[in-house]
Amino acid sequence: MSGYQKPIPQIDEESKPFWEACKRHELYMQKCRDCGTLRYYPRALCGNCLSSDTEWVKCSGRGEIYTFTVTYQNRGAGFRDELPYVLAYIELEEGVRMMSNVVECEPEKVSIGMPVEVVFEDINDEIALPRFKPLPE
Amino acid sequence: MKNGAIPDNINQLNAEERIEFLFNFLALEVLDMRDVSIIGVGTTPFSKHKERGIADLSLEAGRKAIEDAGIDKSKIEALYLGNYAAEALVGQGSLAAITGRNLGLGQIPCTRTEGACASAGIALRESFLTIAAGIYDVVIAVGAEQMSTCSTGVVTSVLAGAGDTTMDNIYGLTFPGFFGLVLRKHMEEFGTTRDQVSCVSVKNHHNGATNPIAYLKDEITVEGVNESRFIADPLTLYDCCPITDGAVAMVLCPSDMARDLCKKPVKVVGSGHAIGTTSILQMESFTTFPATLKAAEMAYQMAGVKPEDIDVVELHDCFTIAEIVDSEDLGLFEKGEGGPAVESGRTAVDGELPINPSGGLISRGHPVGATGLAQVYELVLQLKGEAANQVKNPELGLAHNLGGSGAVSTVHILSKDF
Repeated sequence: MSGYQKPIPQIDEESKPFWEACKRHELYMQKCRDCGTLRYYPRALCGNCLSSDTEWVKCSGRGEIYTFTVTYQNRGAGFRDELPYVLAYIELEEGVRMMSNVVECEPEKVSIGMPVEVVFEDINDEIALPRFKPLPE
Repeated sequence: MKNGAIPDNINQLNAEERIEFLFNFLALEVLDMRDVSIIGVGTTPFSKHKERGIADLSLEAGRKAIEDAGIDKSKIEALYLGNYAAEALVGQGSLAAITGRNLGLGQIPCTRTEGACASAGIALRESFLTIAAGIYDVVIAVGAEQMSTCSTGVVTSVLAGAGDTTMDNIYGLTFPGFFGLVLRKHMEEFGTTRDQVSCVSVKNHHNGATNPIAYLKDEITVEGVNESRFIADPLTLYDCCPITDGAVAMVLCPSDMARDLCKKPVKVVGSGHAIGTTSILQMESFTTFPATLKAAEMAYQMAGVKPEDIDVVELHDCFTIAEIVDSEDLGLFEKGEGGPAVESGRTAVDGELPINPSGGLISRGHPVGATGLAQVYELVLQLKGEAANQVKNPELGLAHNLGGSGAVSTVHILSKDF
């Protein structure tokens, strides 16, 4: 867990419940109590109606790949040691999309529409990062 | 001045309706906006100017533009300078004031505009608006960036900061990665092929090879692009624009004054500026940029023209797939037709709608804060009949600048006024 060199998420008041859930290896999203819009990344206000009345709902953690790229060049610390890596845009069952990585899968086997499920990587004592792995069919 | 009808319920309109109303208001010229023309342009060569300072580049471009305009520099009342990241890249802030001072413009207001890679498009628009509104008569717009003195890693990281850094960067999103996501989706959605995408790079390298200010002078083949190394699969090295230094400037004034000062003034007939998605997480589609759609709609409406009226285009090909997406978003081709259009030669210099005759960002290079004005520089030469890769008798040109992950776009439409 030590020696993690990639950028570490900045936890603030809005995102704290999200990261606390990740720490428990659970994926939670904010839902606006006024208009019902789900949102990710966590924000103080609903981007649709600007309401601050928010609840947290648990997601299934399953979704499918909307689009992806296999990154071969990134000289940023941590990333350069893991090239190539799969960067993907995941559409969750609940309809929310997340940027993440696809892991536990050869890059050449990744495809658009592939079913995936969340998997958490404990990067330090405070933070577990949600990534995605192929869902066995 | 025409009388505009201000709706009785103006105070009840929501923000979007008000903006819609103001667009129409401007387009109808009910505000008595003045016509604005470009009377002089100047540029540095686009290259890796490692031995020079950024203020030296902006000074060279500014001096050339003032000389080209043939105007006494004491007539210049304001300066707008597009620059994205001089603090982070070369440790220099206050570049607008420094450039104004170095040019000896006196104590005029000098303002920096920032919209990532669309910073210079915004400088042009602010120059245009302040003249059109009657606030100033003569304004100089400048764009400058110096990138080659930093390592590729630093440049990649600074450019990534143009996206919303909260959540994307922890997963290793880079700008090539972003356009890799776009390319993969465009291929899946519209059947765009690897060869079609490579044709953008082949065409733009071909055009840049004969453009004296372009950075890259080598021709390339479809196979050469296809087989170059992956940067962000399916994006390869020759799908990407190079890290480049450069500066561009131009002098603008009311069109009435321009006709007296200049033999071949070029009129800005349409101008649009809009934001779109500032984070990848906001994107509903990966094959269109809402900022471009809105800025284009504003510019077409103000100019009173349609996409089919445009004769020559300089658009934001930071990556090959961006040229295809942009050409569709600008309404020049149907969605999914951008790839076949470039492959069949329709966008070549001698094609029915030449796109990026300068070589575009891919070959001319992309000093990010200068690019928006470099596009307009090329269009001014094209409309005057003085371009290196001259399109046959163009009357109307369109410049499209895009910043961030679709965060900002400007569109300008230019017309001969001689």
